[in-house]
Order: sequence, then structure tokens, then C-alpha cells
Amino acid sequence: MIEISNVGKSFAERNREHYIALDQVSFAVKKGEFVSLVGPSGCGKSTLLNMIAGFEKAETGIIEVNGHKVKGPGPDRVVVFQEHGLFPWLTVLDNVAFGLKQRGLSKKERHSIALEQIKAVHLSKFIDRYPHQLSGGMKQRVAIARALAMDPDILLMDEPFAALDEQTRSILQKDLEEIWVKTQKTILFITHNIREAVMLSDRVLVMSTQPGKIKKEFIVQAARPHSIGDPLIHHLESKITEELADELEKVVREEMGDEYRIKKNTFSIPSVDSMGFGI
Amino acid sequence: MIAWDLGYRYLHWGWKFPSPLQTYQAFVDGFTQGHLWGSISASLRRLLISFVISIAIGTTLGFLFARFRFFDQTFGFLVVALQTVPSIAWLPFAIIWFGLNDTAVIFITTIGATWTMSMASRTGIMNISTLHIRAAQMMGTGNGFRMFFQVMIPAAFPHLMTGIRVAWAFAWRALVAGELVAKGVGLGQMLQDSRDIGDTASILCVVIIIAIIGTISDHLCFKRLEDKIMLRFGYIK
Repeated sequence: MIEISNVGKSFAERNREHYIALDQVSFAVKKGEFVSLVGPSGCGKSTLLNMIAGFEKAETGIIEVNGHKVKGPGPDRVVVFQEHGLFPWLTVLDNVAFGLKQRGLSKKERHSIALEQIKAVHLSKFIDRYPHQLSGGMKQRVAIARALAMDPDILLMDEPFAALDEQTRSILQKDLEEIWVKTQKTILFITHNIREAVMLSDRVLVMSTQPGKIKKEFIVQAARPHSIGDPLIHHLESKITEELADELEKVVREEMGDEYRIKKNTFSIPSVDSMGFGI
Repeated sequence: MIAWDLGYRYLHWGWKFPSPLQTYQAFVDGFTQGHLWGSISASLRRLLISFVISIAIGTTLGFLFARFRFFDQTFGFLVVALQTVPSIAWLPFAIIWFGLNDTAVIFITTIGATWTMSMASRTGIMNISTLHIRAAQMMGTGNGFRMFFQVMIPAAFPHLMTGIRVAWAFAWRALVAGELVAKGVGLGQMLQDSRDIGDTASILCVVIIIAIIGTISDHLCFKRLEDKIMLRFGYIK
């Protein structure tokens, strides 16, 4: 179980004095719950995840995992990164077994656990391959197997499927949901893909940007496994999209200037009178 | 070969430069009756000792440079300066400290290879992606020896390999230079002894042997190892 209370973080930037990345963020994730964080890029969702993982420190506030304050990275909270982060010098089997080796397990023990996890992500045929010999989707499967082999309480997933093509992504989403149902792990999932969030989660937290805050919470009350045809899923998806539109506009305006609008259709079809201008 | 032989015959080099035949003879004599084998093995022994020391020191130094900014800005800067000093320039010191013996030669050979190795390992370790470090930390390597040997060394291996190849070449040069002055048995000493008696055929013979050993060791040993690693990492197909 993850408990986050009043967490804040700011970065020093060149132009502005202080850029507040996260401002008084509080939420909790229950044991065995699948929660997604969605928000526009730059809203601090990855920073938040890195702080829970222990890679970065919170400036203010408290992050607790299972009642203990987070002090650094640990095998109870394993991250699946966007860019797999597998070791290129190890085979699939050794990559998955790496964490178990650190735990001091014998070769036989760790290989049997690793093989089991590799089987769970359907890669048994590829145990002797090196990461560069695998496709993007397969690498991400190995990363998931590596995380599960550690048998952590919590899986932290930082846009794990963002770099994959649409087909691969939907297959992996299905597999992840299955794994989650089977293992009952607590999962905090970060994405900017609203459909992905709704399809996978029990609860979706929408973040606002500048400063990063939790803006709204949506509970997905659809039956498991979530189906893409479920009207409830569709309804939620459009509600969250609407909620995020304001935030997206903020981001776009920040990048392109004030004249840009995405909320209302501002591009007009050239009218008939202006057509004959050059003729 | 023909041009060389013609040059010898018609330009009257005399004893200053040997003919191909004389060189060949020197080879045969050196290997059958002379002490060429002894010299080669003595030189290689010194080379290997210094090489192992300089790789160990160089890698450690590089690691310290990459990890500690202060150390990098002080001693790291000094190393760049030291790198420009030909290692033979340390020979007078080496002679004063150790005498005209093996230790002095091993000392300057080590110095010749260490700095370049430390720079290569510094680059290698600095270029390790944060992602790999984080992944290792969360899997419980800690930040000590296990992180160093199981993650940092393999992750930096492509750079380290380049460093090792250059260090080998540098060590070779320093070794021969040192041996020219030092007493004992070795290829450098053989060059010097042959000069004393005006045996140019033997001199050329030793030069050729140095070139051959250098090339063979680089090609058969290091290049193969490097290719294998690059293939495994997926840098080449």
C-alpha cells in the first residue's frame, strides 16, 4: 500500500526562478489495487513515480510504502521503465534472474523462478537471446518478467507501453490485466493514454499541470476483464478526455504562445468569397 | 623486397642497413642459436605484469573520476597533463628509485599505459545510462562492489575495450624504450647490444618482431574480444 501526503517538488530553472513540478500532492493506493495516473507531459507524474521508487527525494511531504518511509530504491517496489532498462550484456534468462542473484539465491533456484516468470510472459523460446535480438514488445515483456521475478509488493509502471505500436500495446495491456488478476499485485501505472488507463485500472487519477496536482479521481466500476465495447468504459474515457482538455491547452499555450486554441475548433473552412482571389 | 635488395646492392649501404638475406639469417640464427626466444619471453613477461597493473589502476582511477566531481576536477586534470608526458621521461626517476633493473622498466611501462586507460574508463563509466543504474539499484545491488562488478564494468565494457587496446600499444612502446636503457635480457636490450657490435641485421630483426607481436596480439586477442562484445551488445550485426 502506498500513501502519499502533501508531496511537493520544485526545480530551479534558468528563465524562471522556481518551477513547481509537484504541489501538495496527496493520494493513496490500496493493496492489490490498480491505479493509473494520467496527465499531460510535464505534469510531474514521472517525478512522482521516481520518488515512490526512491530514485528522487521529495522536497516536502511524506511518501510511505507499507507503513515505512521511502528512503531509497528497494526490491519491494519494482519499476517497469518506458525504455525497458534491460542489461544488454545478459541473456533474457540472466536479466530476469538478476534481482534474485542479488538476493543470494543459488543458480538453480533463481533459474527456476526466472523460467517460470518468462513462461508467464510467453517468452520461453527466447531465454538465450540478448535484448537487442528482441522486438520492442518482447523487451517490455522481459522487463515485466524481471519485475515479477523479484516478487515485489508493488509494481510501478512508467509509461511501459508508450513506445510500442498499437497492436503490440493492446496485446500487452491484455496480458498485464491477466497478470494483475492472477498475482494481485498493487500497481501504479503512469500513462498519457486515456484509453489505456481506463482499460486497465480500478481508479484513474487525473493530474493537472503547472503546478502538478491531482485534479480529479475517476473510479472505473466496469466488470473485469474490462472490455473495449463496454459503454461504461467509453463514457469514462470521454469524461476524462474532457477533463484533460483544459490541461492540454495550458501545455500547448506554454509551448506555442497565446493565440493557439485546441478546445474550440478555430480553423475555419475558407469561405467561397475568398476563393476567387488569385484567379 | 626486390627494391630493398637492389638498394642494398647498388646504393652500397654496407653495414648501415642489412640486406633481406642477412636479416633472414639473423632471424634463423637468433631463434636457433641466439637468445631471441629468451628476449621475447622476458619482454612479454614485463609487458604483461605492467599491463595488468595499469588496467587495474586505470579502471579504478576512471571510476573515481566518473563518480567524484572533485576528484575529477583536481587529479583528473592532472592526468590529462600527465598523459602528454612520454613515459620514458620518468626513466631517470625510475632509475633513482629502483635502479637500472626490471622494476624500473615495469614502472615506466605501467605509467605509459595507465593514464590512457583511466581516461577510457572514465568515459565508459560516465556514459552508463541512468536507467541501468536505477534498474540495478531497485534490484538490490546497492552502490558498492556488486554495482561495480556486475553493472558498471560490463556496461562500460565497449569503452574499456578501446582503452585496453590503446593501453596495450602504449605499453609496448614504453617497454621497448625502457629496455633500451636498462640492463638485463629483453628485446630492447637486444637492440642496444646489437648496436654496440654494429649488427644491423639483428636490429632490423628485432624491430620486425616487435611489429609482428604488436599486430598479432591486437588482432588475434583484443580485436576478436572487442568484436565479440560489440556483437553481444548489438552494436554490430
